[in-house]
Amino acid sequence: MAYKNFILVCGGTGCESSKADEIYRNLLAEAEAQGVKADVQIVKTGCFGFCEKGPIVKVLPSESFYVEVKPSDAKEIISEQIVKGREVKRLLYKKEQQKDIVKLEDIEFYQKQFRIVLRNCGVINPENIEEYIARDGYAALEKALFEMKPEDVIAELKTAGLRGRGGAGFPTWMKWDLTRKAAGDVKYVICNADEGDPGAYMDRSTIEGDPHSVLEAMTIAGYAIGSNKGFVYIRAEYPLAIERLKIAIAQSKAMGLLGDDILGSGFDFDIEIRLGAGAFVCGEETALMQSLEGKRGMPVPKPPFPAISGLWKKPTLINNVETYANVPVILTKGGTWFSKIGTEKSPGTKVFALTGAINNSGLVEVPMGTTLREIVFDIGGGIKGGRKFKGVQTGGPSGGIICEKDLDSPITYESLTALGSMMGSGGMIVLDEDDCAVDVSRFYMEFCVDESCGKCAPCRIGTNQLHSILTKISKGNGEMSDLDNLERIGKAMTKASLCLLGGSAANPTLSTLKHFRDEYLEHIQEHKCRAGKCKALVVYSIDPAKCIGCGLCARRCPVNCITGEKKQAHVIDASQCIKCGECFKVCKFNAVLKK
Amino acid sequence: MAKMTLEDLRKLRDERKKDLNRRDVEGKNVQIIVGMGTCGIAAGAKSTFDAILAAVDEFHLDKDVVIRQTGCMGLCYVEPTVEVAMPGMPATIYGKVDAAVAREIVQKHVVEKTLVENHIFDRPAADIIQK
Repeated sequence: MAYKNFILVCGGTGCESSKADEIYRNLLAEAEAQGVKADVQIVKTGCFGFCEKGPIVKVLPSESFYVEVKPSDAKEIISEQIVKGREVKRLLYKKEQQKDIVKLEDIEFYQKQFRIVLRNCGVINPENIEEYIARDGYAALEKALFEMKPEDVIAELKTAGLRGRGGAGFPTWMKWDLTRKAAGDVKYVICNADEGDPGAYMDRSTIEGDPHSVLEAMTIAGYAIGSNKGFVYIRAEYPLAIERLKIAIAQSKAMGLLGDDILGSGFDFDIEIRLGAGAFVCGEETALMQSLEGKRGMPVPKPPFPAISGLWKKPTLINNVETYANVPVILTKGGTWFSKIGTEKSPGTKVFALTGAINNSGLVEVPMGTTLREIVFDIGGGIKGGRKFKGVQTGGPSGGIICEKDLDSPITYESLTALGSMMGSGGMIVLDEDDCAVDVSRFYMEFCVDESCGKCAPCRIGTNQLHSILTKISKGNGEMSDLDNLERIGKAMTKASLCLLGGSAANPTLSTLKHFRDEYLEHIQEHKCRAGKCKALVVYSIDPAKCIGCGLCARRCPVNCITGEKKQAHVIDASQCIKCGECFKVCKFNAVLKK
Repeated sequence: MAKMTLEDLRKLRDERKKDLNRRDVEGKNVQIIVGMGTCGIAAGAKSTFDAILAAVDEFHLDKDVVIRQTGCMGLCYVEPTVEVAMPGMPATIYGKVDAAVAREIVQKHVVEKTLVENHIFDRPAADIIQK
């Protein structure tokens, strides 16, 4: 019996944490209770990307796009939509300050997106291999094994022009070709799923929503380079992704799409999962392989490159999740098709995790060459609360901040590097006027201090030095010579560090120094933090002319340092104040001043 | 499930494609909308819907057709109602559509691009309907 309706419930980590699983179970129970179980297929899919408004429930074929759904809404969705054919209007996505209900294709969030990597996310049930197969899944593997020689596969990637999506942008075909040509009887294929940038979750969502796309691509890679063994190195902090990956591997093995003699072709390939403990440095390929071998995760000098001597000193191909997810599509639709998307030097699309001070935070996939302005203001819907845009932090702790004047440059590997940032894995954190440039660079440096493996001196000592200087400035004790020191140490680290962790750790500091130098100067010369983020520099006081003595601030103050009689102006005891800003936030009369 | 051969994989893909095509709405330009308000359901819209599903499969239209349901169209006296919107044909609302007529609509209106006379209740101008 064919289904008349489909209810797709987002099963990404974001929506799961706001009870998507309960919504799913309630929908199943209601469909059963109301006797429409045979009419509607209820599917838990991967991430829709529109995480800001989750949990998301989409009903097809009416294309009803429900946002912020609660488990208790399940009954109404079934009784109204499935039984009576009426949309549940109150749950439909509405644009802010606008009463019109918006159809999926009209939601600006989706208009400028182009989905290759996320093609199946939010469409199929990631725990059902048959749904993947029905969406042309394993057709690329079929084509590779039966119609193409390994050289042809690599040639197709060359035509496509795919570049590594982990951040550095190395041509993928070249990596595959080098590993293929490397001497050795045993070779390995590794998928780097050790996504560690703060605020980045593209790879997690890809695996959660479409695990088979990665497995299929790894198998193709195995065929192309002459390897029979693959590893997915994924951080243990991604339990849902690991679970779905395990299910996917088991299903592929049962159906003969992994294992010995795949589809009767005579080609054997097996994939194992290896869990990382979540060290940032293990995203660096040589450290990752050390960890995979069971050693302490520390980088080793390159060359030799992994393609020549990698895992257990064997030639090893290592790509990240997003790079692999592109491969099956390139083989089925052709390299030429792919090369026409995006820009000439950076073909294809890129997935970004959009977070921070933005209205529509979520997962977006756009063709390369899209401008940052389009991502932030069209897709992202602009800054929260109408505040002023300050900058976009791309590339995580290795990247830099791109400010207003550069918003119109198209996103490519080269352009971001030219702007003092980098593509990185795709985290994009939007900053507004309430964010302080010094504080942001101090935050990233703190992260790098924690995550530096300590093997090489430039990184180990450099990150610590930079962090202590930045802390000093944020406390109002900075001197003018500190700025030169930041630059000098930063540049030395960039040149001398063993791996890219140290080599790029200074980027956030150097780029803020370049673009927001005036803020550093304010901190040092005027002891002022205009955003009010550097607590040591902020003083809260109450304007007696404006205070009506309602006492709200005094009740909210966690350290009881605000005193005053009823209906009389209150006073803040600055010596006790912990500068949490709670009084500033709750005052309805703008009587609390922040300086 | 046992290990598959190449043929098995292709067969499975074709079988399941229909299901998933139905879930996908992108690129489909024929819309068939069945009125499934209380009046429609009472008049037998459910079997109409099933018949359309079956006909769409029968004529291999699953890549082109979206079948939706909607509430009462206000034509309760001729329920079940079916609206068809597609390029090259006037948007048409058919009434009194039972399972047999439903199949006829898919065959004539969608495939052969001719109107199904006697069941038209709205839209096309009087002069293009041949009595």
